[in-house]
Amino acid sequence: MPHDHAEHLSPSGHPYRQDNDGPLTYWQTMEIAIRELMIEKGEVSAAEVTAQIEAMDARSPANGAAVVARAWTDPDFKARLLDDASAASREMGFDIGPMNLLAVENTSDVHNLIVCTLCSCYPRNLLGLPPDWYKTREYRSRAVREPRAVLREFGVQLPETKTVRVHDSTADMRYIVLPARPSGTENLDTHALAALVTRDSMIGTGLPKDPA
Amino acid sequence: MSKSPSTDPARRWHDMGGDPAGEIPMDGHDFALWEKRVDALMILGSLKGHFTVDGLRRALEDMGEDAFETMTYYERWVAAVNQNLIEAGVYSLEELATKMAEIKSRGETYGAAQDV
Repeated sequence: MPHDHAEHLSPSGHPYRQDNDGPLTYWQTMEIAIRELMIEKGEVSAAEVTAQIEAMDARSPANGAAVVARAWTDPDFKARLLDDASAASREMGFDIGPMNLLAVENTSDVHNLIVCTLCSCYPRNLLGLPPDWYKTREYRSRAVREPRAVLREFGVQLPETKTVRVHDSTADMRYIVLPARPSGTENLDTHALAALVTRDSMIGTGLPKDPA
Repeated sequence: MSKSPSTDPARRWHDMGGDPAGEIPMDGHDFALWEKRVDALMILGSLKGHFTVDGLRRALEDMGEDAFETMTYYERWVAAVNQNLIEAGVYSLEELATKMAEIKSRGETYGAAQDV
């Protein structure tokens, strides 16, 4: 993703939505109304809404990267992660709520890819909110039909001999890919390893970075 | 964007896995504050027991394919949250209409319409 610093781009290089500063929309008006009605009726407090936003903002792919790096260096933890990824993530202190998480392991023979064909289910309580492309018709439709072509659009070219497994998420079952540890990383500590783990490598649309 | 070519009556519009579609749009955006608030209200409304994820999904799917093509993600979600809260009796349609009219009278931008 190109990162320039033009005024219409955020610090992360993404365009701001035009509706941030534009005229008040019908749906924005509805959001304000819902929030104020719920506060007036004692259903929630303004502080609870703020705290919920802060909790969601605090979740990021870095949380998943820490889990992956630990699995790469701690065989017992890896076994626990593959057995119950929710429990293993909680063990590392990540508050993933009631989310039922299943880790699928990339090996020399198998590459895993995650999608939610019906909607937008994503391991959000570990990785944060999904990227926009994850929710598009194009990704949802094609990931299960032509995953290798989809992967090529993400710059991932897999040998034909490698099996591609596509996992269709549901509200009750969210997947995360445990990517294969890159070669040449034998001397790296978990902190340096985690820096190689990208968001897309945990969705399966990418691979971990090579060590510098 | 092309609509689902599926003619199988057993499949609804949102069941789009396997349909042909074009190149994946890679552009992203940072979530606006109002979108984060919709997400928070969705979580909190669920935690308070007013709806389940299945209730939200039912509302989203019943909106139909036109809504998918013409509304943004959080526009659809705020509509689904609203529908579920009204059905749960948290507030009435009349209360919503009155509140939205009052909010619109406060100002012309999202920031100006806040009750602060």
